[in-house]
Amino acid sequence: MSTFFLCTALFLCFLMLASLYRAIFGPTVLDRLVGVNAIGSKTVILLLLIGFLYGRVEMFIDIALAYAFLNFITVLAASRYFHKRKGLYEESFLE
Amino acid sequence: MDILAIFFLVTGLIFFTGGAIGIIRMPDFYSRLHPAGKLDTLGIFAMVLGLIFYSLHHFSMDTLISILKMLLIVFFVFLSSPTATHSIVDAGMRAGLRHWTKKKRR
Amino acid sequence: MTISKDNGPEGKKSLLSNFFKSCIPFSLTFILMFGLWIVLSGKFDPLLISLGLISSFLISFFFYDLLFPDFTFNYFAICIRFIQYIPWLLWEIIKANFHLLFIVFHPRLKDLIDPHIIVFKTNLKTDISITTMANSITLTPGTITVSANSDGIFRVHAIDKASAEALPGKMLDKVTKVFGEEK
Repeated sequence: MSTFFLCTALFLCFLMLASLYRAIFGPTVLDRLVGVNAIGSKTVILLLLIGFLYGRVEMFIDIALAYAFLNFITVLAASRYFHKRKGLYEESFLE
Repeated sequence: MDILAIFFLVTGLIFFTGGAIGIIRMPDFYSRLHPAGKLDTLGIFAMVLGLIFYSLHHFSMDTLISILKMLLIVFFVFLSSPTATHSIVDAGMRAGLRHWTKKKRR
Repeated sequence: MTISKDNGPEGKKSLLSNFFKSCIPFSLTFILMFGLWIVLSGKFDPLLISLGLISSFLISFFFYDLLFPDFTFNYFAICIRFIQYIPWLLWEIIKANFHLLFIVFHPRLKDLIDPHIIVFKTNLKTDISITTMANSITLTPGTITVSANSDGIFRVHAIDKASAEALPGKMLDKVTKVFGEEK
């Protein structure tokens, strides 16, 4: 069972790399925000899996809970911050 | 119990894969939000369900409390993920991004 | 005129009735906060339990009107109907998720999707029903709420025709029934 958890965690890391592509090369700023949000929601599960692998669930579960809260607040704050940037994205839609 | 856990974990992994591939393949920012916001939510739900089934092996007070905490994570994610998605869409709308439409090819 | 009429007889015993009115939301907030403390701490020392009692008492003393703004006994009925609403919503989410999964893995993706924005008007009045409706729309894949205001006008970004057509119908009926509002 522990090897299965390890494979799941590795596959999750691979998926995080795939979302990192959007976070780096995204044409607009908000695309990068979407990528970061996706990475954060995978990290919660990754933390839980690490807790099960090390046999210390009750410690890692608190970190996962705090990370879920922090991810939500990060996305809210960043999207509020980019409210007032009108015309920031125009050049990417010229094609 | 192990079979249920593996089944739910694999289901969650499929949803996560769909989310990651959808983020890469979709043509514009609004349609990228569809897989990002919601396939990930259901993926978290399925994987946490699998982990709960796995941790039901030896039942004690500690496992009960960690199961309650995992359910708290699921509850919070179901509450916060639509809010975050809506906030990002709102930011895009106020910045004046147009959404991708199908171009007429002739 | 009506305001001054209502104020007259209520002014005398407002203190006592206010106390009883704030008693129930106070105790509900206290129970909620203390349960959250026990789940998060996970230990049953007398010191930690007493600290949790003190802090949740302080929080519910100052903020009892934050969670339940104007409390009526209608809340319990709404709560029960909301719990009955959740399994239907979950089933709907799972069904629509598989639809979105099919779209994502389809090789000719750009022919399949057709993003557009639809606008519809509902008769929902209270804040919490509008919030529930907007979050349910966003959780059902294929549709994202772009904006929803207090008049009940929703603008929804839908990813293809099929998910846009299914939208204002059944879910609106369910939400209207849960919160007991008129259509």
